[in-house]
Amino acid sequence: MAKPMHPTPNLDQLESGPWPSFVTGLKRLAKDHDNVVDLLGHLEHCYKTRSGHWKGGTVGVVGYGGGVIPRFTEIKNKDGSPTFPDAAEFHTLRIMPPAGMHYDTATLRKFCEVWEKHGSGLIALHGQSGDIMLQGCSTENVQKAFDEINDLGFDMGGAGPAVRTSMSCVGAARCEQSCYDEAKAHQRVLNDFLDDMHRPALPYKFKFKFSGCPNDCMNSIQRSDMAVIGTWRDNIRTDEALAKKWFAKHGMNELVNDVIGMCPTRAIQLKAAKDVSKDAGISSVAVNDSQCLEINNKDCVRCMHCINVMTGALAAGKDKGATILVGGKSQLKIGALMGIVTVPFMKLETDEDLTSWPNWDGRSSNSSPTTRSSTSAPVKWSSVSASPTSSKVSVWRSIRAW
Amino acid sequence: MAQPQMRRAIECGVPDNKPFLHPKLAKNYGNWKYHDRPRPGVLHHVSHDGDEVWSVRAGTARQMDVWTIRQLCDIADKFGEGRVRFTIRSNIEFIVGDEKKVAPLIAELEKNGYPVGGTGNSVSMVAHTQGWLHCDIPGTDASGVVKSMMDELYEEFKHEEMPNRVRLSTSCCSINCGGQADLAVIVQYTKPPKINHDMVSMVCERPTVVARCPVAAIRPALVNGKPSLEVDERKCMCCGACYPPCPPMQINDPEFNRISIWVGGKNSNARSRPTFMKMVASDLPNNAPRWPEVNAVVKNILMTYKADARPWERMADWIDRIGWPRFFEKTGLPFTKYLIDDWRGSRKSLNASTHIRF
Repeated sequence: MAKPMHPTPNLDQLESGPWPSFVTGLKRLAKDHDNVVDLLGHLEHCYKTRSGHWKGGTVGVVGYGGGVIPRFTEIKNKDGSPTFPDAAEFHTLRIMPPAGMHYDTATLRKFCEVWEKHGSGLIALHGQSGDIMLQGCSTENVQKAFDEINDLGFDMGGAGPAVRTSMSCVGAARCEQSCYDEAKAHQRVLNDFLDDMHRPALPYKFKFKFSGCPNDCMNSIQRSDMAVIGTWRDNIRTDEALAKKWFAKHGMNELVNDVIGMCPTRAIQLKAAKDVSKDAGISSVAVNDSQCLEINNKDCVRCMHCINVMTGALAAGKDKGATILVGGKSQLKIGALMGIVTVPFMKLETDEDLTSWPNWDGRSSNSSPTTRSSTSAPVKWSSVSASPTSSKVSVWRSIRAW
Repeated sequence: MAQPQMRRAIECGVPDNKPFLHPKLAKNYGNWKYHDRPRPGVLHHVSHDGDEVWSVRAGTARQMDVWTIRQLCDIADKFGEGRVRFTIRSNIEFIVGDEKKVAPLIAELEKNGYPVGGTGNSVSMVAHTQGWLHCDIPGTDASGVVKSMMDELYEEFKHEEMPNRVRLSTSCCSINCGGQADLAVIVQYTKPPKINHDMVSMVCERPTVVARCPVAAIRPALVNGKPSLEVDERKCMCCGACYPPCPPMQINDPEFNRISIWVGGKNSNARSRPTFMKMVASDLPNNAPRWPEVNAVVKNILMTYKADARPWERMADWIDRIGWPRFFEKTGLPFTKYLIDDWRGSRKSLNASTHIRF
C-alpha cells in the first residue's frame, strides 16, 4: 500500500543486536505509512551526512499557543521541492499523561488508533519532560489528532517559554517510601497553571517535578525550577520482624559495611540491646537476640540510604511532608545548578495544605483554571520580576547576586 | 465561504490517575509496607494489610510503533492484568496481583524480544533525547546511540550485578536534555559557530543572541553592509548556546562534532548529597551508525566500576572514595588538561585541603 522504501544501509545496521530496535518499528510502520517511508529516507540522509535536517516553525491548535513541536524538512531538491515530500511536515504533539504514567491497555489502544489514522503511528513513551509524544503529523492533521485525543480526556503538554509538563514518581500508588500524595500534588499544581502552560508568556520554560522521598527518582533537584521532594520530621519507624529477617539473610558484615558504615552523618550505632537509649529522638530495632541498631534522629539528615537497604525494617516517619527547592536547571548560560531549599518542610496532606502553594504570579491557587479568585492571601511572588528574555529563575537569581 | 466551526479545546489538564491504577494499587494507595526483588526485573510490594503486587519490568525502544504498543497491550491483557505503567527511563511495568502470573509473563515478554530487567543494581535503559529523528538542533542521533549502547549492555540490564543502580543518559547537543546520570554521553562541539551573515538579520534577534553567550564572545557587527554578529573566537568555548536562538550561527559540523563522556551525576540524596557529573573522556568520534569508540569507553568505565566499587556505592560514591587520579588509573583513560575545570565556579571543585591520596 505504501510507496517503495528508500535504501537505508546505515539504519539497517541498527536492526541487529538484542535490544528492541526503533528502526524495525519504523520499517513496520512504513509498510502502510508513506510519511514513515520518507521519514526513514530523511533519517538515513542524516546518518549519511552526520547532520540534523529539521527546522522548527509555528503550528498549533485552536486556543492554545504551544504544545506542538513543528518540524519541517530542510532536505530539498535543486528545484526547492522536498526530497522526502511525505515527511516534509513531521510535527510532534506533546500530551500530558496521568501522574505516575499509569495506563490501562484500552487507553493505550485508543492512542494507537488515533495516531495511526492522523499521524505516523510512531509514539514515544515518554519524552524527557514526561510527555506522551505523538510523533509525525502533517500540519493539516494536527487539529484533527488533538481533537480526538482531547475527547479521550487528555490535554496538550507544554512547549516554549511556558510551564512544562510535569512528572511525579510512582509514589503512594506503589512505594512504601512515599511521603505525600505525589499524584494529587502533581495534578493540582499543574492544573492550576494550565493558562501558563497553554498560552506561553513566561520569560523561559518553567518545570515542576514531584518526588515522593529524598531518593528523588524524578531527578527534580537537577532538572526542575521547583522541586517538591517528600521527607519527614519525626523518628524513623522500625519493624523488628523484618529487621531480624534482613539480618538473618545478610549478616553482620553487611549490616556494618553497608548500613552503619554508609550513614553520612554517623547517626546509626550498633548497640547491645540493654544499652539502647530510651530518649525521645532515638529509633531502635533488634537485629538478633542481643544486638540492636540505634538511630539518633536528631543526627539523621533523611538521606534514605539505610531505609533503601533495609526496606520495611526501617521506614520513613509518620510526620510526613515535603521540602521545596527552587532554581534547579540544566546547562545553558551559567552552567547546571541544583535547586536550593526555600521551604524546608511543609505538610501536604489536606486540600488546605495543597492550596496554600505560593503562587509565583500572586494568583491564588485555590481555584480551578477557569474560575480564578483570590480567596487566600498567597505569597506575592509577583514582586519577583525576571528579566524579559530567556531567563530562568536561577539565572535571574544569580545575575541579581552578581 | 463560511469557515467551518472550530472545536474549542477542553482544557482538562493532567488527567486523574486513579482510573488507570491497577485495582490493588488503588486499594493500597499510600499503605505500602515494604518491597523486595524476587529476581532481576521483578518488584514485589507488600502492603500493611498484607496485599501483594508484582511488577515485571521490561525494556523498550522508547520510540515505538503502534504495532509494538499493541503487542505490549496484548501481552498485558493475556498474561498480565491489563494495567501497565512506564518508568522515567521508558521501561514498561506490568502489574499483577498473582505471583503465578509472573513467570509466564516474563517468558512471553522475552519470547517477543523485550528484555526483562532494569531493577535494583542493574544498568537501566538510557534516558535520552530526540537526535536526528526529530530535534531541530541535534549534533548526533539519540535513538541510534542508545540502541548501540543497550545492545552492548544487554546482559547488565537483565542482571543485577552492579554495585548499585546505574543510570545512563545521552544528549544530542551540549544543552544536555538527557540530564544528569551516573554516566552520560554528550555531544561536544569543538569549533566556534560558522556564521551565515546573509541570514542573521532576517532570522535572529541580535540582542537576545548577544545576551545568551555565557562568555560575552558575541557582539553586533556590520558585515558586507548587513547587520550581523561576530564571535571573538579566543573567548568562545564552543558551547552552542547561540545556535538555537540563531540558526545562522551553525555550530554543528559532521567532522568537528565530537562525543564526550561524563560520570558521577547523582540526583538521589542517599548517602552523599546530589552531585553533578564531570567529563572524563572527550573528543571521541561521532561515528554513526554504531558509535563503537563511544561504546568501548562506556563499557570500560562500567566494567571497572563493577569490579572495583563496593556494594551500594553509586558511581559518584565510588569515585569519592578512590579519588579522581585513581579513577583514571583504573580505567586507563587519559587525563588531559581539557578535563580540568577552568570556569568561574572551578574554585569549588579544586582541592582546598591537604587531603591527598598517595
